[in-house]
Amino acid sequence: MSAESQCLDMRKVHLVETVISHLLRFGVILSLAVVICGTVVSFIHHPEYLWSSPALQRLTTPGAVFPQTVSGVWHGVGKFEGQSIVLAGLLLLVATPVVRVAVSVLAFVYQKDRIFTLITLVVLGLLLLSFVLGKAEG
Amino acid sequence: MTPLAFTLIVFFAAIGAGGLGSLLGLGGGIIIIPVLTLLLKIDIRYAIGASIVSVIATSSGAAAAYVRERMTNLRLAMLLEVATTTGALTGAFVAGHLAVRWLYLIFGLVMAYSALAMFCNRHPLSATVVSHDRLADRLRLHDSYFDEAAGIEVSYRVTHTRLGFVLMYIAGVVSGLLGIGSGALKVPAMDLAMRLPIKVSTATSNFMIGVTAAASAGVYFARGDIDPFVAAPVAAGVLLGATIGSRLLSKLHSKRIRSVFVIVLMWVAVQMLWKGMR
Repeated sequence: MSAESQCLDMRKVHLVETVISHLLRFGVILSLAVVICGTVVSFIHHPEYLWSSPALQRLTTPGAVFPQTVSGVWHGVGKFEGQSIVLAGLLLLVATPVVRVAVSVLAFVYQKDRIFTLITLVVLGLLLLSFVLGKAEG
Repeated sequence: MTPLAFTLIVFFAAIGAGGLGSLLGLGGGIIIIPVLTLLLKIDIRYAIGASIVSVIATSSGAAAAYVRERMTNLRLAMLLEVATTTGALTGAFVAGHLAVRWLYLIFGLVMAYSALAMFCNRHPLSATVVSHDRLADRLRLHDSYFDEAAGIEVSYRVTHTRLGFVLMYIAGVVSGLLGIGSGALKVPAMDLAMRLPIKVSTATSNFMIGVTAAASAGVYFARGDIDPFVAAPVAAGVLLGATIGSRLLSKLHSKRIRSVFVIVLMWVAVQMLWKGMR
């Protein structure tokens, strides 16, 4: 490989790194903003949370009721439910590294690196499998 | 306790856990889980579900800075993530079928190990290693980074890729099982086994932690272990605490302060073990 093309290669890599870096930060900030909004909405919808102790039991002991599927969360967000908005924010947070891996797949395709395109696709596949796996046993 | 008081208490406890975790070089997860289970009497499955989400938040937050500083070996991270995510899926899957007492026992052991590993001085190994690892050559894993302290570009070579891969699988299992980042296992796998410079090991480990945690978070979410009421203050608090902690001072170097913390952490580890044995 010539020095010139190697230099270009490095510059491409740095560009990818910068994009990933911004993506991660943006994802984290956005998702936490959604989580905080959801928490505030929960308290506005349920003023009894400010004084009722039995309510805490319902919310934090096993058997607490909250959406457990992406569609359930989506449905709840449509109805402006606080807990669903919180979960949507948390799912967004979980999605940040997934999107990061997806961007890396494209980066390796762009660099025409077959082995690493495949490796990154495997990681992406495993991440997507996690949602299916958890659902299958439930 | 009212839900409002609970949210505030968990939020501030999580800030403390995140801050302490980043100062000691441990994650926030390993500290917040005992706080939630032992002090606030939260079910350990909800504690693990909340912790795994906070792990993603801190990793993605910190990874952004590390990547920009070009410390992370992206190719190596991607390769090893195949092992860590497979491990995380295994761990998260097994956790759902394991009696709660085992979770306490394993957590106690991992916590004791992490506390000791943090305490023991790590001597930087000789930087230049002759690598005969043909797999590492083929996959072009060798890289370089800019060392700010020395002011030079340091190249390094990767070795024992296969061993590193196996160790990363184990780290992934622990992460998925307990909802922690398990950086205490990932860093030595790269630093001691694969002979990467410690700065690269730390940055790459941190980068991988988020992806690993995302794999098990999916399983925990689908199983209904991520209780929004617990996870929201934990995620927000740990991230805030870790951000404050990393800005406050680079790391706690004082031997005396560290020894105080190692005693506290060991004591907590014993409490977790005790809870598992009863």
